[in-house]
Amino acid sequence: MQTVLDKLAILADAAKYDASCASSGAEKRNSLKTRAIGSTEGMGICHAYAPDGRCISLLKILLTNYCQFDCHYCVNRVSSNVARARFSVEEVVDLTLGFYKRNYIEGLFLSSGIIRSPDYTMEQVVRVAEVLRQEHHFGGYIHLKTIPDADPGLLARAGAVADRLSINVELPQEASLARLAPQKNPARIRRAMGGIRLKIEEAKEARRESRHAPRFSTGQSTQMIIGADSADDLAILGTARNLYGNYKLSRVYYSAFSPIPDASAVLPLTKPPLMREHRLYQADWLLRFYGFEVSEIAEGSRDGMLDLAVDPKLAWALQNRQQFPVDVNTAPREMLLRVPGFGTKSVKQMLSSRRWRRLRLEDVARLCRGTKTSMPFIVTEDWQPGGAIDRLDLRQRLAVPAAQGDLFA
Amino acid sequence: MRRIRLAHQTDFSGWRDAARQGLLAGSAPEALDWRVEGEDAPDLFAAEDHAAAPIPGAEAPRVPRAFIGLAETVILHRDPGRFALLYRLLWGIQRQPRLLEDASHPDVHLAEQVARAIRRDIHKMHAFVRFREIATPEGEPHFVAWFEPDNFIVEAAAPFFVRRFTGMRWTILTPDRAAAWDGEHLTFAEGARREQAPTSDRVEALWRAYYANIFNPARLKLAAMTREMPKRYWKNLPEAELIGPLTRRATEREDAMVKAGPTRPPAFAAAEARRRPAPAEPVDSGTRPGSLGEAREAAQSCRRCGLWEHATQTVFGEGPERARLMLVGEQPGDREDLAGAPFVGPAGRMLDRALEEAAIPRGEVYVTNAVKHFKFEPRGKFRLHKTPDAPEIAACRWWLESERALVRPELIVALGASAAQALLGKRVIIGRERGQLMSLPDGGRLWITVHPSYLLRLPDEAAKAREYDRFIADLGAAWRLLQGAAQT
Repeated sequence: MQTVLDKLAILADAAKYDASCASSGAEKRNSLKTRAIGSTEGMGICHAYAPDGRCISLLKILLTNYCQFDCHYCVNRVSSNVARARFSVEEVVDLTLGFYKRNYIEGLFLSSGIIRSPDYTMEQVVRVAEVLRQEHHFGGYIHLKTIPDADPGLLARAGAVADRLSINVELPQEASLARLAPQKNPARIRRAMGGIRLKIEEAKEARRESRHAPRFSTGQSTQMIIGADSADDLAILGTARNLYGNYKLSRVYYSAFSPIPDASAVLPLTKPPLMREHRLYQADWLLRFYGFEVSEIAEGSRDGMLDLAVDPKLAWALQNRQQFPVDVNTAPREMLLRVPGFGTKSVKQMLSSRRWRRLRLEDVARLCRGTKTSMPFIVTEDWQPGGAIDRLDLRQRLAVPAAQGDLFA
Repeated sequence: MRRIRLAHQTDFSGWRDAARQGLLAGSAPEALDWRVEGEDAPDLFAAEDHAAAPIPGAEAPRVPRAFIGLAETVILHRDPGRFALLYRLLWGIQRQPRLLEDASHPDVHLAEQVARAIRRDIHKMHAFVRFREIATPEGEPHFVAWFEPDNFIVEAAAPFFVRRFTGMRWTILTPDRAAAWDGEHLTFAEGARREQAPTSDRVEALWRAYYANIFNPARLKLAAMTREMPKRYWKNLPEAELIGPLTRRATEREDAMVKAGPTRPPAFAAAEARRRPAPAEPVDSGTRPGSLGEAREAAQSCRRCGLWEHATQTVFGEGPERARLMLVGEQPGDREDLAGAPFVGPAGRMLDRALEEAAIPRGEVYVTNAVKHFKFEPRGKFRLHKTPDAPEIAACRWWLESERALVRPELIVALGASAAQALLGKRVIIGRERGQLMSLPDGGRLWITVHPSYLLRLPDEAAKAREYDRFIADLGAAWRLLQGAAQT
């Protein structure tokens, strides 16, 4: 007989390959009126960090890791011999409230293996969230993994109680999905994401007109596994760009394919490509906040892959040296955002500051925490890079070897 | 040098009053020595304690709203120099009212850094407080936490816990200050000692199990962890004792996973595979579909051109199987692509209105598009419509022809140039061909008018109204043709 602790160990282990743990972007609420517990204040909170560097914000578990599907990359596929467990609705509710009251978590991220039928499974998942919201007036964050094949009525119920819904596209290329996850249907995944975007927008519109209009999840996200198929970085970013544009996703998560217990023979295991994953996140940021297009990121790549030794913005700048140096005292925002080493916040501060003074190198250093990377690319009141930008060894000089300190060596 | 005594570490009103007096008296920042009551350093040089007299006719000090917010945050810092820093800033603001916008000014930058440290400290308190449950004589549990913040932030951080844990009774003890909530009131008290807090909780074993199992040993990244969860917090986190053991065993566990060979699938896997084979999807087989339902299914997997790749889905026509009138538009737009139905976006609403005014029951009309996937170009956060090209229109004719063969409408109305091109097999100029009955090469009758999105794009209101009336007239004329009325 499994105890709750046994089940928790199995069902947390089963959930950890989902990278998302965000608890931000929910509609603001608190418990002052309900006299219950739970609040969301816009900004997410990471209550702990595991030694893998990942934030622990939510109780991220599966309702069950029994699953009918046989997705080769997945620890819970039907053909795996991992230990199996199943929580009852009440057990998940109790765990969530128990953890929440001790301030361990922001809320719950519930997913599940497919048992009996997509509708049955989805109904169980939704039930947990409904009990939390309706019986306990829980005001914390709830993220539900959505099953694309489930009935749209269940999707509507899920959206009514969740802050975020997500469906994983899993692999960046549809052909890979057919090979590695034969029971998944990419067309249905797209349709479901399209449907969720419509519902989110309709609800937002309705709530603008009336505060009492029914609420619906405020965002959706997805995840792609990196390194389980042959898709190169540009293909991955192209897919991400398409997903952001089509479905207005809050986030696309990139998850380096990582060794799992009892792996499938189809996917030989290696160390997860963590640096590649990191570069993809940087490129994703360039797409979303720095005005870059995939075609521009491509200029700094080779054979479809991002440069692992330098970040994608620097890689782009090295291929576009004719656009530099940029004068930080006169350049427009769009161009400042393209300077290696400049972030959105420091650019904003420079724009504000330069209305009052001519910026010197020390000013830039203060706002950007150093100028090592940016120096060859900028002109300030007291600095000209001269020929530095044309040096052939510039890439080598700016490349940072990825070092990992070991606390317990 | 004049000494100012503040009542306590976060005495903002005391600071504000003294600062105002200082400005009115024209006291330069170097002339003031800021101290907190009871923390006086031994006197190195004689200092006066009395307030300086204001300069007659001195102007009221300028205090921008942004400065107040900044100062209220900065004053929570433990650094004794914070009071003087704030006075220097305020002094500077009297001379340069928008000083705070100069983010790279050394004092402005320093104050921003201090404020950021305070916000981070408050954020970390919200994150790392760990409540432990204790039983009380009244039977209702009480939750108590011990926490050691870097700065004087307990008062600033406490309201968050009220909003979040309204329905609980809780106390947070820290060395400087304690905060308590009894379900009705938030109160503060003197600092406490760690021994006053409980040492265990019944749920902690579960929490530790969760922490250990959510960790992925194949992704060890200690620097990333300690950047966000610095070691100084570990002593008050029940899960932190696992960090050492988990880290030490990580590589070994990863290697074991990589080395382990594949195993035989469990018996239920084979049973499951027999019970539910991978679902068969309808495919576009290339043979003419026998019904609209069949056509719609098959079109979902259409790969006759490249547009499917970036779109959500095939948007097939909708309407009665035996409609006398068929409307053909260009292609689905953003909304249609998401919803999977034609004419449900802005152009669709325009069409609905026009049909109603032309007294055409929409339920009796079959509505479709020349091209059945949305063609667009991503631009920032939006998808900009792109006109389909001739090969795409030609590739999609298969489906339009199938729809025509199955519905057999008496009259087709082409909305816009792409639709007309799809039906006639050649490019036409709408302005020249609209409003006259044409015969199609393969039989059937065609009537051409504009696409409703053309009306949406017209910038001039008068032109819009005029064109809208023409559009209704065109639709009405087509409908009357069907009713056997004479053409005007």
